[in-house]
Amino acid sequence: MSEEKLLKIAEQAKSDFKEGLIETIFAFGELTLVVERERIVEVLTKLRAEPYRFHQLIDLCGADYPKRARRFDVVYHLLSLTQNVRLRVKVMTDEVVPVPTVRDVYPNADWYEREAFDMYGMLFSGQPDLRRILTDYGFEGHPLRKDFPMTGHVEVRYDEEQKRVVYEPVKLTQEYRRFDFLSPWEGAQYVLPGDEKAKA
Amino acid sequence: MGIILPGQTDVTAYGQAGRSTVEGYDPKVHDKFFEAVSTELNDKGFLVASADDVITWARTGSLMWMTFGLACCAVEMMQASMPRYDMERFGMAPRASPRQSDLMIVAGTLTNKMAPALRKVYDQMPDPRYVLSMGSCANGGGYYHYSYSVVRGCDRVVPVDVYVPGCPPSAEALLYGLLQLQKKIRRNGTIRR
Repeated sequence: MSEEKLLKIAEQAKSDFKEGLIETIFAFGELTLVVERERIVEVLTKLRAEPYRFHQLIDLCGADYPKRARRFDVVYHLLSLTQNVRLRVKVMTDEVVPVPTVRDVYPNADWYEREAFDMYGMLFSGQPDLRRILTDYGFEGHPLRKDFPMTGHVEVRYDEEQKRVVYEPVKLTQEYRRFDFLSPWEGAQYVLPGDEKAKA
Repeated sequence: MGIILPGQTDVTAYGQAGRSTVEGYDPKVHDKFFEAVSTELNDKGFLVASADDVITWARTGSLMWMTFGLACCAVEMMQASMPRYDMERFGMAPRASPRQSDLMIVAGTLTNKMAPALRKVYDQMPDPRYVLSMGSCANGGGYYHYSYSVVRGCDRVVPVDVYVPGCPPSAEALLYGLLQLQKKIRRNGTIRR
């Protein structure tokens, strides 16, 4: 039932947004609209109004595809309570080109955009308060980027002499575990290295 | 607790007799220790004890704990103080202010951003103060050991007395840890920490 609704929405969107709509993807019972970055405010404003009535912005998040030219996705998740359908809208960007802020359309996008900026470092133009929101004060880097090392760059410790918590470069006493998928312990269907000549 | 009683040289160790877990338990046989204390009180109306013992007794019997619930461990910590495990029967009551507490239970993942705050709260506690690190995350980073934002053990920031393992530790385990802490306080028996 919601599938028909979503397909109808896709048709409507195609006629409404024309070349602003790059692609519509319908998969796993969910509809995704890939939109031109510069027109995101216009698109969301229209999606919020009649006849779509997507009154709620459920989430705004990011995604990083390092091999792509425009490596970041900004993903908007919308919900229409009156129609009982959900919709995903995506725009693509990179580290320097800003995405127009949608906080005038959905006020709650304010903090979501700050979070996306914090985690991925994508920029939002027109956003008056683009500060970090989750990571530590004075944090450097954007932790959800694929090229950010998982263990980060600094760790904290209380310094007895300075009587305060100090930051130091990360020093791991044990390397991060590299899982050995050639482990002989369970259901190995292949010849283990060194066992080539062994006969069962 | 070694209360000195005249004429009682073979006093059974504290709380050892008259206990169902002790071998040869007989409900009719009373704990010699308590029997002696009771006789003494009935006889003279007062008890004689060393100051050390009284101080450690008072200290172990009123561990007001600072709640530092940081994650899911906090739920188990709350559970431990709820009627089922009832920490209050050991004289432990939660305090919301560090200035009124003796013990800080670090329950949960300590992040880099929280570390200065944790230290500040610890510094505000009056001496003697104790820290109990609860759960894998507080003990050594646990699941988040390799994360960019988590302190690999709260002992990097505050000195820890007792570590309670588990993810999260059950309320029972926390209670056991607290009893171990009481034991530690009793054993050290110093006024200054």
